Amino acid sequence: MDLVTVWFILVAVLWIGYFVLDGFDLGVGMLLPVIGRNDVNRRVMVNTIGPVWDGNEVWLLVAGGATFAAFPLWYATLFSGYYLALFLVLLALILRGVAFEYRGKKDDAKWRRNWDAAIVVGSALPALLFGVAFGNIVGGSQIASSTGNAADAGSINYIGSFFDLLNPFALVVGLMTLTVFATHGAIFLALKTSGEVREASRKVAVRVGVVAAVFAVVALLWAQTFSERVAVTLPLVLVAAVLWLGGLLATIRGRDGWAFILSAGTIGLAVAALFVGLFPNVMPSAIDPAYNLTVYNASSQSYTLTVMTIVAVIMTPLVLLYQGWTYWVFRKRITSSMIPS
Amino acid sequence: MNLDLARWQFAVTTVYHFLFVPLTLGTVWFVVGFQTAWVRTGNVKYLRLTKFFGKLFLINFAMGVVTGIVQEFQFGMNWSDYSKFVGDVFGAPLAMEGLLAFFLESTFLGLWIFGWDRLPKKLHLATIWAAAFGTLFSAFFILAANSWMQHPTGYEISETTGRAVLNDIGAVLFQNTSILAFTHTISASFLVAGAFVAAVGAWHMSKDRHLDVFRPAVKAGTWVILIAAVVVSITGDLDSKVMVEQQPMKMAAAEGLYETTANAPFSILSVGDLAGDSATRIIEVPGLLSFLATGSFDGTVQGINDLQAQYVQQYGPGDYSPYVPVTYWGFRMMIGLGMLAALYALWTLWRFRGGRNPKSTVFAAATAVITFLPLFGISAGWIFTEMGRQPWIVFGLQKTADGVSPTVGTASVLISFIGFTLVYAVLAFFEVRLMLKAIKAGPPEIASEDPFEDSQDDADKQLYFAY
Repeated sequence: MDLVTVWFILVAVLWIGYFVLDGFDLGVGMLLPVIGRNDVNRRVMVNTIGPVWDGNEVWLLVAGGATFAAFPLWYATLFSGYYLALFLVLLALILRGVAFEYRGKKDDAKWRRNWDAAIVVGSALPALLFGVAFGNIVGGSQIASSTGNAADAGSINYIGSFFDLLNPFALVVGLMTLTVFATHGAIFLALKTSGEVREASRKVAVRVGVVAAVFAVVALLWAQTFSERVAVTLPLVLVAAVLWLGGLLATIRGRDGWAFILSAGTIGLAVAALFVGLFPNVMPSAIDPAYNLTVYNASSQSYTLTVMTIVAVIMTPLVLLYQGWTYWVFRKRITSSMIPS
Repeated sequence: MNLDLARWQFAVTTVYHFLFVPLTLGTVWFVVGFQTAWVRTGNVKYLRLTKFFGKLFLINFAMGVVTGIVQEFQFGMNWSDYSKFVGDVFGAPLAMEGLLAFFLESTFLGLWIFGWDRLPKKLHLATIWAAAFGTLFSAFFILAANSWMQHPTGYEISETTGRAVLNDIGAVLFQNTSILAFTHTISASFLVAGAFVAAVGAWHMSKDRHLDVFRPAVKAGTWVILIAAVVVSITGDLDSKVMVEQQPMKMAAAEGLYETTANAPFSILSVGDLAGDSATRIIEVPGLLSFLATGSFDGTVQGINDLQAQYVQQYGPGDYSPYVPVTYWGFRMMIGLGMLAALYALWTLWRFRGGRNPKSTVFAAATAVITFLPLFGISAGWIFTEMGRQPWIVFGLQKTADGVSPTVGTASVLISFIGFTLVYAVLAFFEVRLMLKAIKAGPPEIASEDPFEDSQDDADKQLYFAY
């Protein structure tokens, strides 16, 4: 396998890691007022993700950094192109991160209410916009060469507007990620709490999970029309759908651990299907396929890719090991009686 | 227009981000030190110091983390032509920073914050050590990336694409520019944190509060300032020699020296227009600039005019000098505020000698003022370094004007610039309020000296720490 393919896979793995991990803590954040009917319950919720949300978010930063190193043209075109969408994501993540840290630093109901609002918006907005962004990547966006010379990949830029990003397909993908992450978050809460919060989370997981299934079926089947290899991606999507149903059934039966594994598996397979369907493109052009950014014309040279492969091969297992250990350390379910006043 | 807005946005978001970074880089080692002292001696006052400065550290760290996210993506957003041109080289240290540093600091800090009752004492101590090393790695990689912009090395320009291509990662990570930037920045961060820790402690003591707890903090803080000041001076001196070699224009702009001069003086103050050659030097030290630049008081320092002429020949027509008033004052603020902190440290050592405790209002007021001053010094140093490199984004390779995103609309840049600035301003308000509140609250009383042991016999016990 050539190095650019290896790095395409690695970038895909980083996004899968990000969506599986930050997916549930974004979900917990947006469900704060839905499941947490009083402050103690909201604190139970926030404390389930307290030790891990920051480490989860690093997957996004590393996905960004790895894209910069391995596919500079993808990084540059994507983030300058989807400018305002990314700006909103960044603002949301800033407010959310500060809110977790600051909400409890003052004993005042209004103070906490305001930071809780920041957590809800700061979680829901990225969950929606990441989907919209991926919808635009997969469905192709308004990119073209400014010189008209498609062979000069460096001259390829996004020339559409912010509103071009809000096309029907991308919005459906956005609604899918929003509802899937909400469900994933509720399933995580069911696994990590007991008592009132757990019961409420299981109900929400099933209800939102059904809505998510509808959006997901529409979005992922629609995505097949853009797929480079339907013979692979369609089966992946179907397996993902089965896992999702299994996850909801496991939730109904109170098998919280299985439910979480199945919803994580669904997210992993669905994202994998999108990336498999994309390859070898990284940003297809909706204007002319000649302007497609691909793993070949957007990538760094082999020396950089070799150096980064060595670093990634050594570091990624280590990271998985110590992040996994963190989840083991904080494996205990949290209840309202454990929250100090 | 886009260029100016993009530059202002980079300036605001980066300068703001970097207010939290040095304090984090230094303070984390004080927390490491206090907690290690507690684990080794069992003396509860070290645990109280750990908790107290740990809380201040976390309030600050949270801001550093969230404003750092913007940095990771801003290159792509506003500087896409730069990102395309250098990504093959510049992206590598950034990705390494993520893999080696960000994961380490965020994961182990999560363990440290929430792990008091979940991990045995020594293992819990190890988590803050790991997080502290994470911050150090992070600084190393990002400074290597920045050093490459100051002095590109280990690359070639591709014949097919015209873009920079990495050919020696060791040269990028370990060139002298990078090693000096790292040691200079880290020692300056220790100076910043030393001043912070010493001043917060001295302020409480001057109010006659928690004397026994804060005495070791004041002592540690002042000694760290003094040692850091020595290292900062040495690395700064070495750094300026390297700068003269690699970016002579920056050194000339640091003094506003227009004509090439032997035995060049260094002015401490001047009035008048520095952007032209009409400023009047008020206090001058003869030969000092030559000494800083060359190591000899008689050495010749190249002036802006000569360098400008030379660069026009080398790179074609254009203005190759940075905006001198910023470099001139940035250089002086950096050195001046650093020296002020060192003087404060000496004064504090004297006032606290032999177990004394100063209760003078002058000392308390000076202490309150000094707490954050070195922070502005290190900030000024970086503003000097970055502004002094202009008009280049990568020295000698790409001009800042050529790095900006070509297809991002002015409205987009304006919206994000205003948006980030407003949100950052609001957050600064809350951060300062929380900091002051936490400082005034003083070190917490300790309910349980071994929360891990306590949590073992009661499964549903309250969490020792919760958001």
